[in-house]
Amino acid sequence: METIADFEIQYSQFLDPAGKPSADIPDLARDADKLVDMYRHMVETRVFDTKAINLQRTGKLGTYASCLGHEATHVGLAAAMQEDDVLAPSYREYGAMLYRGVSMAEILMYWGGDERGSDFAGPRNDFPFCVPIATQCLHSAGAAMAFQMRGEARCAVSVNGDGGTSEGAFYEAMNIAGARKLPVVFMVVNNKWAISVPIELQTATKTLAQKAVAAGIPGIQVDGNDVIAVRHWVERALARARNGDGATLVEAVTYRLSDHTTADDASRYRKKGEVETAWKLEPLIRIRQYLTDIGVWDEKKEQALLAEAATKVDNAVQSYLNTPKQPIEAMFDYMYKELPEFLEEQRDHAIQYGDNDGGHHG
Amino acid sequence: MAEVTLIDAVTMALAWELEHDSRVVVLGEDVGVNGGVFRATAGLQTRFGAERVLDTPLAEGMIAGVAIGMAAQGMIPVPEIQFMGFIYPTVDQIINHAGRLRNRTRGRLSCPMVLRAPYGGGIHAPEHHSESTEALFAHMPGVRVVIPSSPARAYGLLLAAIRDPDPVIFLEPKRIYRLNKQNVEDNGKALPLDVCYTLRQGTDITIVTWGAMTFETLKAVDQLAKSNISCEVIDLATISPIDYETILESVEKTGRLVIVHEAARTCGVGAEVAAIVAEKGLYDLKAPIRRVTGYDVVMPLFRREMDYMPSVSKIVDAVRETLDD
Repeated sequence: METIADFEIQYSQFLDPAGKPSADIPDLARDADKLVDMYRHMVETRVFDTKAINLQRTGKLGTYASCLGHEATHVGLAAAMQEDDVLAPSYREYGAMLYRGVSMAEILMYWGGDERGSDFAGPRNDFPFCVPIATQCLHSAGAAMAFQMRGEARCAVSVNGDGGTSEGAFYEAMNIAGARKLPVVFMVVNNKWAISVPIELQTATKTLAQKAVAAGIPGIQVDGNDVIAVRHWVERALARARNGDGATLVEAVTYRLSDHTTADDASRYRKKGEVETAWKLEPLIRIRQYLTDIGVWDEKKEQALLAEAATKVDNAVQSYLNTPKQPIEAMFDYMYKELPEFLEEQRDHAIQYGDNDGGHHG
Repeated sequence: MAEVTLIDAVTMALAWELEHDSRVVVLGEDVGVNGGVFRATAGLQTRFGAERVLDTPLAEGMIAGVAIGMAAQGMIPVPEIQFMGFIYPTVDQIINHAGRLRNRTRGRLSCPMVLRAPYGGGIHAPEHHSESTEALFAHMPGVRVVIPSSPARAYGLLLAAIRDPDPVIFLEPKRIYRLNKQNVEDNGKALPLDVCYTLRQGTDITIVTWGAMTFETLKAVDQLAKSNISCEVIDLATISPIDYETILESVEKTGRLVIVHEAARTCGVGAEVAAIVAEKGLYDLKAPIRRVTGYDVVMPLFRREMDYMPSVSKIVDAVRETLDD
């Protein structure tokens, strides 16, 4: 017997939980503006997320999936992308979506029960929220195929969770991406929990990054609470893809500090101690400490940022709450490019019975 | 003008669109070098290259999902699913994404793609190779379902499907892939979607059918003509959305309706046709509507498949009974 194939999986972290460099800092982290820009987006995301949960608790928003604890992963991956790349998110990547120009009001509209929340004014080609788990991985592979066929130097990035790696679509997408050297990055956000199912019940593999091995593409595991590590390795993966060298899986290890959604109660299935430990590793503290240590951040700037973020979020909330609901016929008018005749009758019927006053949220 | 079979017409339409629209891409299992297991894509890879006519890994859900991703980003993919029995992994992608993308993004993204698959029984195929489950897709909002029943309609409707800005499930009745030839001019002229095609004018009874069953129906109609029974035969062609006006006008004229389809009866598309006529044309009816369909059983293996299918004599009897009512 001889070994004819083997693999190893690398793990990368640049900042430890206390904000101290734990490895040689990459070039991007020497650019203080870039770091501050990412930190600002992380804080805005946290403030937005907190507000969204409050809106749900006070009956002003539908069920909402919090992104608490994922800020470094989300902002890091989006900061690594170029504007004309395409993101195929799942349903809680607000940090990434906001970074790419989706508005807070749009995200609130979506969870507030209005399809216009997916009509992004910003990144017009990005895929919308994707609820059926891992199905978006295939869309990113398809988008990458379109870019490759047209000879465009663009890449696609899909994001799914640890639970999503159990889906066939996740593997199928990596497999064709490997076979055709597609310019795509599969971002796996390993937050340890798929609603109530812990990672140990999801898979026997030591890492999720190694799932790339079966598809013949490289996989790497990074500290998903270290925004520098996430951005650095996603940038590397995208550069590789843009260079024609194919796809990469990047596993970002983080933790879902919140319930799965506002309809969930995580205390039913996970221990308080585990969550308390995870809070010690959360992503904002370390980058703030690092920025402070290199002399580009202080308490005054922090307070100014928090106030600014709160205003921005409040404005978005007002914009969302003040947006009248869509006319009743909107449910018909986007089904097809042109409304087929048979739907006209149903459309008229709905209008006849609807209040159709374009009134307040209901 | 060339004498071609239905499957030749499919190949011709694919070639026309590949030639005239650089966004069109044909993909699927064995569609490249092999030209498809039925040869629907024969010669296309040689002519248009392996970048535009490409063999994919073997995963049907992947084929549909990747096609949706391509369609959303400006391509017009025409994926082939090898047999309808293997189409079910695509259902997740079709119902959750293809049919919803335009609606859920308020028109920002759309999904112009045509998912082709051979379907239906009667060719003595192995298990899982003979089903007719078009009703599954007809139930999905935002998706068109189109079934041609002749070489000319295969050519014209496939062109129309590829040019349609929304997703189309294009089901090819494989039993009649090579049954007959027709003169079809390769001129790029599409036929309209969303309309029925009246194959025979008649006055005594309306028969609505589609796909391979048009052949059994026309044979039955010829037989009935010998007894001076005049049947109007309507090929539904677009299974969803249904052109009910043509059907209602015909029923208004004849007062009688028989629906013939190969798919199982319960919740088949025939039930929808019957419901439409009951809702909008009941007072034109002189007799109850009859359905001649496959039975609500698992498609038998081929020694008994013809006993499952609607036959000429089953159709003839249903017409006679309806006229006797």
